[in-house]
Amino acid sequence: MSDEGSQSPRQDDVGVEEMKVRRVAGTGVPVRGDDIDTDQIIPARFLKTTTWEGLDEYAFYDARRDDDGERNDHPFNEYKGANVLVVNDNFGCGSSREHAPRALARWGVEAIVGESFAEIFADNCKSLGIPAATAEPETVAELQDFIEATPDAGIELEVAAETVTYDGKTVDVDIDEAMRGALVQGIWDTVALLRSKMDAIDETAADLPYVESR
Amino acid sequence: MSADTLYDKVWDQHKVADLPNGQDQLFIGLHLIHEVTSPQPFSELRERGIEVPYPERNVATVDHIVPTQPEGRERPLADESAEGMLTALERNTSESDIQFYGLDSEKQGITHVVAPELGLTQPGMTVVCGDSHTATHGAFGSIAFGIGTSQVRDVLASQCVAADKADVRRIETEGRLGPGVHSKDLILKIIAELGVDGGVGYVYEYGGEAIRDLSMEERLAVCNMSIEGGARAGYINPDETTYEFLRGREFAPEGEAFEERKAYWESIRSDPDADYDDVVHLDVSDLAPMVTWGTNPGQAVGVSEPVPAPADLPEGKREAARTAQDHTGVEPGEPMAGYDIDVAFLGTCTNGRVSDFREAAAVLEGREVHDDVRALAVPGSQTVKSKLEAEGIDEVFREAGFDWREAGCSMCLAMNDDSLEGDERCASSSNRNYVGRQGSKDGRTVLMSPAMVAAAAVAGEVTDVREMEGGA
Ligand code: SF4
Repeated sequence: MSDEGSQSPRQDDVGVEEMKVRRVAGTGVPVRGDDIDTDQIIPARFLKTTTWEGLDEYAFYDARRDDDGERNDHPFNEYKGANVLVVNDNFGCGSSREHAPRALARWGVEAIVGESFAEIFADNCKSLGIPAATAEPETVAELQDFIEATPDAGIELEVAAETVTYDGKTVDVDIDEAMRGALVQGIWDTVALLRSKMDAIDETAADLPYVESR
Repeated sequence: MSADTLYDKVWDQHKVADLPNGQDQLFIGLHLIHEVTSPQPFSELRERGIEVPYPERNVATVDHIVPTQPEGRERPLADESAEGMLTALERNTSESDIQFYGLDSEKQGITHVVAPELGLTQPGMTVVCGDSHTATHGAFGSIAFGIGTSQVRDVLASQCVAADKADVRRIETEGRLGPGVHSKDLILKIIAELGVDGGVGYVYEYGGEAIRDLSMEERLAVCNMSIEGGARAGYINPDETTYEFLRGREFAPEGEAFEERKAYWESIRSDPDADYDDVVHLDVSDLAPMVTWGTNPGQAVGVSEPVPAPADLPEGKREAARTAQDHTGVEPGEPMAGYDIDVAFLGTCTNGRVSDFREAAAVLEGREVHDDVRALAVPGSQTVKSKLEAEGIDEVFREAGFDWREAGCSMCLAMNDDSLEGDERCASSSNRNYVGRQGSKDGRTVLMSPAMVAAAAVAGEVTDVREMEGGA
């Protein structure tokens, strides 16, 4: 993505080519527990904002703190720089707030592997270009154990192949077909998709009697 | 000879491309912006370093959260989150070079009132706004529909939306509306007949004798409530009424340019032999003033007709009717006429225009609001307000005992201080009677025309306005 304000309004933002999410590689962050709802991911009191900026601060805000407000040993305090979040069952349930995946993405999450996801949460992930892959409970447990034992070890998610590779082995995961298609074809980001046609937009506009020529 | 509807023609002219997901990329001629659904989209653009490519095709105003008491409009606003939204909109529009009619502008008002009266909305345009009542603008023969927050972002970033083309249902009215019966009654009747979800997947094309007779302001009220019938958009083919309304408006073309444009406007009308996906006929010659008895806009009857017993309704509607009647406290078998009223509310994007207040004033002239009723008149825009004040109509309202306010959405959805309290019953010219809509979860809303609101305010109960002098 470009620097703030550096783009002319007519210049294409990102080509469809760059929007293709084929693989996510990096390190992992395990957040254990079933039914982690969007209220835990971002508490409702932080939703009154008028921007998305600074949302990373609020990711797991309460879970990351002790009763006295001090940071605790929550993975989001410990695994800075990680980008593959590994969770358990029914992650992202509860209110449909789009703020939840946005806060995770702000923090650095680029892919999520879990036993299962709430449907709207997964949909919201798709529109942000974040693959949400499901796997068998044992697969998830082994992955979480591995990350905890070796936090700096590399993990790779291949979207089209639906695999996760770590520790010299490759395991199968599932990515919903619609999500996989959108990510691999690079059509999850409607802004970039629509802006990639700026010439055609200008031509269409120029033909309209009510749009002044420019 | 082609056989296209206006919808087909306008859609094709605005189509930029086929998208890989099967949708169409559609150029947007007019994007209306307000404070509630725009902050996040602007913020996202800023972070991605994207500038708005067609700022001149975007116009903003502030309506949902604004206080309607003059002293409440001093900055900063007392409500912190309202002030935050307003400040964000000021910053966003000024950074993007987008025209903004703010609280200090004499043109501020509800988006769907402001754009038509300034001549911004014109036939053959595509119009969107992060608000479901965008359908209003279809009254000019434009394709107008509400969009979600992420689509607001898309439009700001590209002046386009990804959209699916809908089917077109022609609603052919037959006969003419009688005295004291208004376009609000007509649209409430259409929704009652076709159902609140009858229009899902359709765009409504309203036509026929009764529609032809309507003034532009009355047509706006019809199209406004398309969404209440489940149709995301509704439109009326442009005609002389449309063109005469536009002539001389601030953003309408002038002189020769106007005549040229008019030829274009004529060309986009639905062809006489256009193919419709569905056609519905509706005889309106015997239509009476309509009022709602329940908690959705389709639960409506003529003012003197008996409220239906749930058991007499089709299977799928019984349970909803029972729950609704429990909430509103109406008696099946009895008419709505005589239903006690505590609040009278006149305004909104449905019926907050000059002619709406004139019709109500004709009823209020020389009368007083009932002792048990608090009555609120909220012009749809500051332009509407000043026009009415120039005609002395504000005096009619004040003398009758109405509170005369500044422009905003007000008690339509109570995002400001104007709200129902407890289980108050409200005669309202708005468009939604959902539980809690007017700010109190126990409040009861009865939708009706502006003239009927005036009649209810005076009588303290729902009343057939045709029985009052000035009402028919
Ligand atoms: S007046 Fe009511 S329906 Fe119209 S835009 Fe405002 S809140 Fe929405």
